[in-house]
Amino acid sequence: MSPSARSFLLHLGVIAGLFVLCFTLSDYHQGNLARIMVLATYAIGYNVLFGYTGLLSLGHAMFFAAGMYGLGLAMQYGGMSPVPAFAVGILTAAVLSVVVGVLALRTIGVAFMIVTLMFAQSVFLIILYFGTWTRGDEGFVIPQAARQVLGMDLTDPLIRYLAALLLFSSALLITARMMQVRFGRVLIAVRENEERTQMLGYDVFRHKFLAVLISGSISGAAGAAYGLLFGYVGATFASVQYSIFPLLWVLLGGAGTTIGPLVGAVFMFYLIDYSSGFTNAYMLIAGLALVLLVLFARAGIMGEVRRRWAPWLP
Amino acid sequence: MMLLETKLLTKIYGGLTAVEAVDFSLRQGLVHALIGPNGAGKSTFVGMVSGRTPATSGEVWFDGQNISAWPAHKRMRLGMAYTFQITAIYARLSLFENIALAQGMRDQDAALDALGRVGLDERLDQLAGDLSYGHQRLLEFAMGVAQSPRLLILDEPTQGLSESEIAGFNTLIRSLAGETTILLIEHNMDVVMSLADEVTVLQQGRVLSSGTPETVSADPLVQDAYLGRETC
Repeated sequence: MSPSARSFLLHLGVIAGLFVLCFTLSDYHQGNLARIMVLATYAIGYNVLFGYTGLLSLGHAMFFAAGMYGLGLAMQYGGMSPVPAFAVGILTAAVLSVVVGVLALRTIGVAFMIVTLMFAQSVFLIILYFGTWTRGDEGFVIPQAARQVLGMDLTDPLIRYLAALLLFSSALLITARMMQVRFGRVLIAVRENEERTQMLGYDVFRHKFLAVLISGSISGAAGAAYGLLFGYVGATFASVQYSIFPLLWVLLGGAGTTIGPLVGAVFMFYLIDYSSGFTNAYMLIAGLALVLLVLFARAGIMGEVRRRWAPWLP
Repeated sequence: MMLLETKLLTKIYGGLTAVEAVDFSLRQGLVHALIGPNGAGKSTFVGMVSGRTPATSGEVWFDGQNISAWPAHKRMRLGMAYTFQITAIYARLSLFENIALAQGMRDQDAALDALGRVGLDERLDQLAGDLSYGHQRLLEFAMGVAQSPRLLILDEPTQGLSESEIAGFNTLIRSLAGETTILLIEHNMDVVMSLADEVTVLQQGRVLSSGTPETVSADPLVQDAYLGRETC
C-alpha cells in the first residue's frame, strides 16, 4: 500500500473512531473530548508552523483570541448569526497573521520567538484596554439563543461534539493533504535546511509567510469555534498560557506528525484531569510527565512511534 | 556567446575588500575554473554570482539579463545551480526526497536519472545523513545536475575526497561537458588542468590572470603568487 493511501486510511480511522466514541462515552467524557478536539485543531494550526516549517512561535494565543473575539464581537455587537460570525473570526485571525507574518518573518530563531511573544502581549493588552466591549478578564457569555445553526442547537452536547469533530476532521484532512503536495514538502525542506532550499530555487520567504497565514487561520478557526461551542469569550485565551499550551501539546504528541497534536492534547488534558482528582499539585505531575517525555521520547509520542515502528507515519 | 558576465563586481566587508572590481565572462558550454590562494575571494565571488552574498557594487549578467538585484532563488530558477563548499544536503530526509526537491518535484524520472548518474539510485529510502562523506558529496552533485541548470557552480567539489573518488568526480564532470556550462572553484591543480577549458586566477580579490590552462600556468605572475616557480 502506498504511503499516501496508508495515511489516508489512518486519518479516516481516527475520524471514524472519534465519531463512534461520541455514542459510547459518558456525558462527562463526551464534553471533554469535544473541548479537546477544538484545542487539538488549535494544535494542528500550531504544528503547521512549528512542526513542519520549523518556526517556533511563542504568541499563537493572539490568533486563537483573534478568531474568538472576531466571532464573539460580531455576534454580540454586530448581531450576526453564527456562520457569518465564524467567517469573521477566521478573517480576523488571517489579517492578523498577515501583519505578524510580514513583520516577524524579518527575524529568525530566538528573535522570532521574542517578536511573536511581544505581538501576543500587545494583542492581550489591547483586549484589556478595550474592556468596555471585550469585558477583559471577565469575558462575556454568548447566549444559548444565539448559538443556533440551521435549526440545530450548538449547546446540545451531541451536536456540539459533532460540530467539534467536523472542525477537527477538516483541519486534519486539509493539513495532511497539504503535507503530501509540493507546498508542504517545501515547508519541510525549509525546516531542514533553509539556505539549501533557497539555493534550489524555492522562494523561502513566500513559503514561510504562507505557513504563518495558514497556521494563524487554523488557530483562529479553533478560537472562533471554542467561543461558539462553549459560549464564552474572554481575555484569558489571549494570555501567555494559551501560547504555551499548543507548543506543549505538539511537543508531547509529536511535532511534525499529523495526529500528534490530537494525541498531545488528549494526553495533557487527561493527565491534568486525572491528577487533579487526588492532589492540588496537579501541575507538578504534569511537569514530571513532560520531563520524562523529554528524556525518553524526545520526538514526542507519535514521533517515537514513527521512529521505532512505523516510518511511514505521516 | 557569453552565458555569465560580471562588471566591476565588488564586495567590501567593513574595511576589507574581499573582491575588487572583477570583470569576468564565461562562455556557454565551457568548463571554467576559478583558482587562487585561500582568501583570494573565490567563494565570495561565486556567492555574488549566485545571489547568496549581496554585492557591494557592480553588475551580474546572465544570459543577456542584468540580474544584479535578483534574489538567489530567482537566479536559480533562471538556470543556475550551486553546490556548497561545505556539504549541504537534507540529512534527515531520504535520498529520494533530496533529489526530488532539487528536481522541483515535477519529473520523477529526471530525478532518478540524476541519482543514477552518480550510482546512488539503489538507495532511495536511505536517509541522506547516513551516507558516507564521499557519497554525500556525490548526492549534492546529483542534486545540482537534477536542477538541469545552464550554469552549474561547483564550490570545491573534491575537497576531502580520496584520490579514487576525485577520479570518479572528474569523469562525472566531463560527462556534463558540452551540455552544461560549469564554473568550478578548485584547489586541486590536477583536476583543474585536466578539466578546465579556461582558468581565471584570483589574488587578493583581483583577477591576476585569465586564459587557457597552459597560458595561465606559464604566466610568471601566477607562478610567483600561487603555483610556485621552480628554483634553480
